Amino acid sequence: MSYHNPHTPPRKSATFDDHTLAEIRRAAATGIYDIRGAGTKRKVPHFDDLLFLGASISRYPLEGYREKCDTTVTLGTRFAKKPITLKTPITIAGMSFGALSGNAKEALGRGATIAGTSTTTGDGGMTDEERGHSQTLVYQYLPSRYGMNPKDLRRADAIEIVVGQGAKPGGGGMLLGQKISDRVANMRNLPKGIDQRSACRHPDWTGPDDLEIKILELREITDWEKPIYIKVGGSRPYYDTALAVKAGADVVVLDGMQGGTAATQDVFIEHVGMPTLACIRPAVQALQDLGMHRKVQLIVSGGIRSGADVAKALALGADAVAIGTAALVAIGDNDSKWEEEYNKLGTTAGAYDDWHEGRDPAGITTQDPELAARLDPVAAGRRLANYLKVMTLEAQTIARACGKNHLHNLEPEDLVALTMEAAAMAQVPLAGTSWYPGKGGF
Amino acid sequence: MPVFDLSNTPLRALNGALHGLSTGANDTEFEVVNPRGHHAVAVGIDSPVTVDVRGSVGYYCAGMNDGGTVTVHGSAGPGVAENMMSGTVVIEGDASQYAGATGRGGLLVIKGNAASRCGISMKGIDIVVHGSIGHMSAFMGQSGHLVVCGDAGDALGDSLYEAKLFVRGSVKSLGADCIEKEMRPEHLEKLAALLEKAGVPHARPEEFKRYGSARKLYNFNIDNADAY
Repeated sequence: MSYHNPHTPPRKSATFDDHTLAEIRRAAATGIYDIRGAGTKRKVPHFDDLLFLGASISRYPLEGYREKCDTTVTLGTRFAKKPITLKTPITIAGMSFGALSGNAKEALGRGATIAGTSTTTGDGGMTDEERGHSQTLVYQYLPSRYGMNPKDLRRADAIEIVVGQGAKPGGGGMLLGQKISDRVANMRNLPKGIDQRSACRHPDWTGPDDLEIKILELREITDWEKPIYIKVGGSRPYYDTALAVKAGADVVVLDGMQGGTAATQDVFIEHVGMPTLACIRPAVQALQDLGMHRKVQLIVSGGIRSGADVAKALALGADAVAIGTAALVAIGDNDSKWEEEYNKLGTTAGAYDDWHEGRDPAGITTQDPELAARLDPVAAGRRLANYLKVMTLEAQTIARACGKNHLHNLEPEDLVALTMEAAAMAQVPLAGTSWYPGKGGF
Repeated sequence: MPVFDLSNTPLRALNGALHGLSTGANDTEFEVVNPRGHHAVAVGIDSPVTVDVRGSVGYYCAGMNDGGTVTVHGSAGPGVAENMMSGTVVIEGDASQYAGATGRGGLLVIKGNAASRCGISMKGIDIVVHGSIGHMSAFMGQSGHLVVCGDAGDALGDSLYEAKLFVRGSVKSLGADCIEKEMRPEHLEKLAALLEKAGVPHARPEEFKRYGSARKLYNFNIDNADAY
């Protein structure tokens, strides 16, 4: 009779998990850090950790399909002679021609226009196609100033001074040589094929006092017509919002760490910045402390996926939201119909994030003419418009259930949190209690 | 000639008057008196007007100039002629930091000295400084020419792309990927033309050295990480 000693199954380390081991080996083999697109992939407290309470005996709901629930938002009411009014508070975030194909930019413009909202340029300047297909176009003013010129400033509907973005607060960018086509190179005044660095700081101002003067200059150049936004990454939202207001912004755009980028280091995306959920209340608090809530509008971005996310961001005090990654998915990014080709690139639909390499099978994050031609900008624009309308309807559904006749009437009191972390960040009660961390009485 | 006295006239009136002038307009010569360090003087010019500013200005004078000729009869604060598209800007005195930043075209002449980051991220502008310039000048300069008749400070041309730099005096240090390059006949010819346009007296192109990009940092290579 044989006897087998019992043994435990092989156990992998939680610290050195498979992904970590693979990254160590990849770094050792290549000598370069991992660069990728998109936002954080780690799980962070998010809008999923919040729930709406809905109406009850003490709250009176509105009838769906019958009673009006307004979704319009006007941005730039503080100083601009020509504020912009959007039918839905869901805007399209800044993404560059260069990072995206011309067809993708056109699709974003078409979709936003059908839905009655704005789209935004990116690092690299404004293209005629983008201007032509976007009823309301926000022109980004970035540290690199690639493609910046006064004519485009004047034909924009608003100007967004980019100080930072959620995927990489404090970081610049890099458009790798393989995406630098003749047209992209020409727009950026650089030779074809070289890696184009986008600076992390503006070249001609430092700090909020300078920024105030820079805004004065931009307003004077554009005859005080255009709303001026300031976009910041989610790192110090209270102070950044307060300083943006002090500098003279009409609108503050606040981008959490789930917000995507065309390309940066994975270590930057995953380890710098704060989740969107943690950013909103401090920013709103800053506006309220200054008496500027609803006077300077707040646009929140980073991980907005559904009408529920929109409603939650607005309930926490935002005036509007912006979507980037979700918009790309709507027009066709990471679609499983390209699975075979994703496999050839060593990835799978839903995980493809090597946007900087320019080999996107969906034809979106590329400058390859053959790949770009795969995206029909008219059909893709229609998909985006559909998606924006669904999100708007979803947000209205929730708002009516909470008895609100405008999305802006949603408020923190309508929310509870499922986790302690979300309760602390959103400053709404843990479900079933009247308490959240940081609030006295526990 | 319209005269704007900024001691009693709003800046808006000046810049508004300078914008959108129709072709054939009679008043194309402007004078600004008592600028008293005002910021954003004569910004966003989009036609071939002439502006004479009698005194010193603050930030961003002649910002995004596109076709105008602006002369500051004094000194200029930070960011003079930033992002200039075309035209000419002349500073009779000194210029603060970021002079000509991201400029895409036109000529910026500084008859005194320029502070740090002169020509930062320049994208086609020509800058001629009669005196000396401060540190980190032409940082990430993409194209255009920077001519310095005096000396250059630390880290000249750091992370330079294709901008061409000419310095007559000493260079305290060169930035990453910036090297001295051969002065070929076409460079001497270009330099002579710029010196003449900028009214530089007693300077011969042969007295200058040329600096440009070594182009070693154009595509990322981990073995170059120490260069930054």
